[in-house]
Amino acid sequence: MVETGTFRVKKGMAEMQKGGVIMDVTDPEQARIAESAGAVAVMALERVPADIRATGGVARMADPEIIAAIMDAVTIPVMAKCRIGHLAEAQILQALGVDYIDESEVLTPADEQFHIDKHGFTVPFVCGARDLGEALRRIGEGAAMIRTKGEPGTGNVVEAVRHMRMITGQLRQVQHAPEEEMMSLAKEMGAPHGLLREVKKQGRLPVVNFAAGGIATPADAALMMLLGADGVFVGSGIFKSADPQKRAQAIVEATLNYDNPEVLALVSRGLGEAMPGLDISQLPEGEQMQVRGI
Amino acid sequence: MREEKIEAKDLSRLNIGVLGIQGAVTEHMQAVASSGARPYFVRNPSVLEGLDGLIIPGGESTTIGRLIRRYGYDQGIFHLAERGRPIWGTCAGMVLLAQEVEHQAPLLGLMDITVRRNAFGRQRESFEAPLDVQALGPEPFNGVFIRAPIILSVGDGVEVLSRFQGQIVAARQGHYLATSFHPELTGDLRFHRLFLQAALETTSKIKAVSSGSTPGHSSSL
Repeated sequence: MVETGTFRVKKGMAEMQKGGVIMDVTDPEQARIAESAGAVAVMALERVPADIRATGGVARMADPEIIAAIMDAVTIPVMAKCRIGHLAEAQILQALGVDYIDESEVLTPADEQFHIDKHGFTVPFVCGARDLGEALRRIGEGAAMIRTKGEPGTGNVVEAVRHMRMITGQLRQVQHAPEEEMMSLAKEMGAPHGLLREVKKQGRLPVVNFAAGGIATPADAALMMLLGADGVFVGSGIFKSADPQKRAQAIVEATLNYDNPEVLALVSRGLGEAMPGLDISQLPEGEQMQVRGI
Repeated sequence: MREEKIEAKDLSRLNIGVLGIQGAVTEHMQAVASSGARPYFVRNPSVLEGLDGLIIPGGESTTIGRLIRRYGYDQGIFHLAERGRPIWGTCAGMVLLAQEVEHQAPLLGLMDITVRRNAFGRQRESFEAPLDVQALGPEPFNGVFIRAPIILSVGDGVEVLSRFQGQIVAARQGHYLATSFHPELTGDLRFHRLFLQAALETTSKIKAVSSGSTPGHSSSL
């Protein structure tokens, strides 16, 4: 009679986040700042991606103590990251009661070949994708929400833009493809054929698609919304900036008013220094996070 | 037969807004369109003025609550409410409508109900269950509850429409409707039709009054 963990309930949870901003936080104080600024959820982390990048070494799931403290501090949903393929970390996060699990390339992958079978969980998962095939592979594994990968911790939006444009371009391609070309297209994209046909029928991804990776300013958030994102994740962009409270509010308001340049001009004023940025073409090959777990 | 046709034509003239600040906006718009009325994505407070009814969708009530004040949507909503236009809140929308919210200040405070947020627990406790809603007929309604609130108590004049395990999960008071769950995610349009019917009645009443005929003609009064 009463069914928990149905796909409708998992996917529906992501639908309730649309048009919103999900912010990375590392302690209860940051979580409260995010909530009062109007975040729709927070991502509980031990270190933001910029610090993970700077520190190097193996990045793992955050200490449950930190996650639990953040869950106690706010009433909005709390998400947390596990390593790609790390079934045990995911089970721990579900046992803790986090509202969404991000199986994330920001952490060091635990499995270089396989992702977690996400159908078996009551808690929904979000996964990163760089193109339609990758998005549909993750949905095939049970992900109830997709986000672009971008290049996390760089403060550089160029990769998120590339991934969003790639996905929307491929969605158009699929819509116009005649039925007899669909199997070859599925093979080319590495997409499950059934899901690709579903996409053709609906004209959109079967789940919500957020932008993530390198968003640092209100204008970045607005850009991603203009490109068709359902909402945005901001990682290092807020708490690595000079005035997190003000920047957090500005990014929330820019996401709502993404197509209103006057409001964008107003909320973008006097925010202080943004996080320092990285030129992705200067990153050594092994340091790109987006190529993990494809 | 003939009556049904007239009704469909009337429904198609209804302008139903879905508050588009954040949350499951397009899902409600599709359900409104499938029910035969005209949906509006409300992303500017000035749109509120011309509406025959408003749906406040699910989302995060703290986020929506903050932004409706900051961008002046609240005044437009109060004005709609004063003119007796139907307003329906689902999930977070119900929290926004409530006069009392446990552990926090009320947001719009329009409907005489007291609500508790996240009443069933966290996301892993979110669920689907068939609900008995007599106002919609004998067929159960699939309740989709996502980090859902409940109504702890109702004031005089509030009609309880459904309970789940003894807790109030749907209610109406005059032109206000509140549901803990998400009819827009089910494909079952009965709640949307119930709401559109109320909007239709209000619109014809207002028309009757403004055209000078006595409202006493209408048997529904």
